[in-house]
Amino acid sequence: MTREVDRRSIADKASRPERHVAVVVVGAGAAGVAAATEAARCGDEVLLVDENPVDNDMMAMDVPLYFGQRMQPSVRNRALMLERVVEANPALAEAHEAGVDVQLGAYVWGAFVNSPTVQELPGPMLGLADERRSWLVGYDRLIVAAGARDVVMGFPGWERAGVMGSCGAVSLLTRYRALASQRMLVVGSGDLGLGTAALAIGRGVNVVGIVEVGEAVRGDAETARALAARGVPFYTSHTIREARGGVGEVESVVLVQVDAELRPVTGSEREVACDTVCLAIGLVPNVELTAMVGARLGFTSALGGWVPETDASMRTSVPTVFAAGDCAGVDDGMLATPDDARGQGRLAGLAAARSLGSISRSEPETRRGDPGLRRPGAGEVHGHWQAWFRSLIHAGGWDVNVCQCEEVTRRELVEVKPPRYLKWDSPNAGDRNLDTLLRDGPVNQDQIKRLTRAGMGPCQSRRCREQVALLLAQEARTAVDRIPLPSVRPPIRRLPLNVLWPLDELPAMREHWISWFGIPTQFSPHWEAGMAIDEPTARARLISSDE
Amino acid sequence: MGRANGAAVVIVGGGVTGLSAGWWLARSGVDVLVLEKSIVGWEASGRNGGGATHVYSPLGLEEQRLWPQMDDLLGYPTEHQPNRIGIALSDAQLALARRWAEIGEARGFRWELLDRQQLKELVPIVGDNAIGGTYLSFGGHANPQRTVQAYAWALQDHGGRILQHTTVTGLLMRSGRVTEIETTQGTFGADTVVIAAGPHTGLFADMLGVSLPLAPARVEMIATEPLPLLRHGGVAGNGLYGRQTLRGNLIYGGGPHEWINVPDMATPAHPSTPLVRNLARRLAELLPGAAHLRVIRSWGGIVENTPDGLPVIDRLSSPDNVILATMSSVGFGLSPAVGKAISELVVHGRCLFADLSALCLSRFADTPADWRERLGWVPTAAPVVEAASGG
Repeated sequence: MTREVDRRSIADKASRPERHVAVVVVGAGAAGVAAATEAARCGDEVLLVDENPVDNDMMAMDVPLYFGQRMQPSVRNRALMLERVVEANPALAEAHEAGVDVQLGAYVWGAFVNSPTVQELPGPMLGLADERRSWLVGYDRLIVAAGARDVVMGFPGWERAGVMGSCGAVSLLTRYRALASQRMLVVGSGDLGLGTAALAIGRGVNVVGIVEVGEAVRGDAETARALAARGVPFYTSHTIREARGGVGEVESVVLVQVDAELRPVTGSEREVACDTVCLAIGLVPNVELTAMVGARLGFTSALGGWVPETDASMRTSVPTVFAAGDCAGVDDGMLATPDDARGQGRLAGLAAARSLGSISRSEPETRRGDPGLRRPGAGEVHGHWQAWFRSLIHAGGWDVNVCQCEEVTRRELVEVKPPRYLKWDSPNAGDRNLDTLLRDGPVNQDQIKRLTRAGMGPCQSRRCREQVALLLAQEARTAVDRIPLPSVRPPIRRLPLNVLWPLDELPAMREHWISWFGIPTQFSPHWEAGMAIDEPTARARLISSDE
Repeated sequence: MGRANGAAVVIVGGGVTGLSAGWWLARSGVDVLVLEKSIVGWEASGRNGGGATHVYSPLGLEEQRLWPQMDDLLGYPTEHQPNRIGIALSDAQLALARRWAEIGEARGFRWELLDRQQLKELVPIVGDNAIGGTYLSFGGHANPQRTVQAYAWALQDHGGRILQHTTVTGLLMRSGRVTEIETTQGTFGADTVVIAAGPHTGLFADMLGVSLPLAPARVEMIATEPLPLLRHGGVAGNGLYGRQTLRGNLIYGGGPHEWINVPDMATPAHPSTPLVRNLARRLAELLPGAAHLRVIRSWGGIVENTPDGLPVIDRLSSPDNVILATMSSVGFGLSPAVGKAISELVVHGRCLFADLSALCLSRFADTPADWRERLGWVPTAAPVVEAASGG
């Protein structure tokens, strides 16, 4: 028997990582820097990657955070931003001294591992990129410290520039010192909202109010009192009716009081002048990378929803991958207290080093994992998110975009309408909606994406994922944790074709590339059976006709 | 013929082939039940490029005839768009594009050769690296995700039933016929069984003691952010298949596949790999005017191939109430026609509009058991890189 090699298959032509590092840490926040420093001190080679300073184009697309077009023009000065990012993060210098290779301004856009349906990879690897090129880095241990992002909820006018998230605001205030906001309305009175408001005031922003859908301020009472003493009005039992303004900019927000059923109270509208609406309702762990490596995720509302399952050393269900900091679970108070994230980072760094044999058994017990570092959490959060969302639906109605990129309204989502650009109208389609879909099986966000396109846009569902899940749960009369997380697809940072493309493509890739399998008879006309149509055959025919 | 627990025709597999067959049967009044292990169209049926240009096939003329009517026939949008443009960056690519066109011509369709200037007028993002191309006044493309759901809904509108999240675990034989289908949701009776389960079709054939040689493989695609609509979205070449969607995204696939094994009936994962970079490169070469566009998604799909790459659409002689259907990795575009063919196999015992003898199972009667190894269609694990502790 002659054993053939299928030249058209991936065998022997996949790109290899241009570098292999023992430990790669993704994210240079408190957890990531601590993890990298610990692992390096144990003697391992450590690469710490962070995407800040994020390119202005990326920021303008609300990636990775909801920046809401409130960047000062100075963010275009990358050298200056790099300086500020380093200045704002003194622990980076410590990591550098410990021997960590710190790479800033590099996006991690994918994580690739072998699985039952992928055997081609020579080992686990990450896809990295900057503004010019992409490359691959292999690792023995991966520590994900990718942080969190804001829960985003829409209201009429939320497409206007100036609607942003608290993570975006905090990043622009602290990392970049480039927040272009004079008058900010903060939405949410938990520690996240109060902390953001206090920070903004400290940096010279006029905070014109803090809105809370609940009857009472949720966050730390002392902070709230201090804010009130500085003249910040609190609007409890209020929600947003609308953001107003000319030419696409927020100029004011109409607030409305809500009753016990979260319905607007007639006549209670109040217009507040502001240029920024900062959403500080809650935080969602960034689980894209942990999901991509196949780590098991579980739903814990008190930690922000879907989080990787971790043991006491922050190891995920994939033994080579650790998660630390906000991406492993986050609650309202974590912005103010990075100590927890730092502690988790240290645990992960030590555990990664230990698993590589870089810490001897005689290591003192105190350096072992301390599960006590895991915060008890502020309690279940999704009920509160649901209250906000319900009040916004009551006040703003059903014709508000749930997905800005693809312009899908709440109504269109629950009616499972074909996208507007198809201009499709038929009696059959009119009879189909979420209820009819639910008769055929439990609700699935990926299926809703396919049918309505909600979540399929350029922001890669960062602004709509939670809204869609909440809406589906509400309309399907089920719990949010029953709505599966939509699938995560690389590149998780949207990159231009001419940045993503490989400069190190193997010649075999080019030589044997074909659009489909290259089975000679696959596309042969049935009336001349056996005639091949694939490219080399076409080339052969061409050559012979030249001769 | 209707019965609570079963149907005249039970279809195993809610992909595009099974759903189309079920829809054709239901609209002609046959009691039909589709069993799907996850969600309709969840595998390759909803993950492909949407191409509908397969005039080389015995089902090709019917494919061409049916697609322009599908929106009306189904009552739901498929986003079908007619005609295709082939772009060539080399002489070999141009020869291939011409070959495709000439196959259409042999079937009575019109096409034109385009020079670079004509190409650029039709598709402004074509670059100076293009040497020419073809304009096919036939063929086309549609949106796979919308189409699978359209089949499913239209099937239900005609009284057919679909059970999602229902995995078939066994086929019960009595007197030389499959009489009952065991699933995770109970047992269902059937007069006729259609098995159109993609890569899993071979596993079901095994249960019936029939050998259906199939090799599963994973293939990948990428999607860019939207671009203003081109006059003709059906543009391909440079070793890529795909289209511009009506939303504006460029969606393209191609390049090397990975042969894999599908060990059981579980829904396989279909991750993408660093191949997304190579796809990005070919797309930027094909359409240099779009090289700045950002890639926002990529995905993989699992397809199966027979040794000659052609479908098997056949009614078995034993058990004699079973129809096997695999499209050998090229199923979406042909689905309107193949569903019709299967419905005729069920109702009339043969396809009335096309000669399917080339797609019979018996052509593999002499295929050796180790055919995958002989062809090299087997997983080839990459050599593992040594775990490095330093530099």
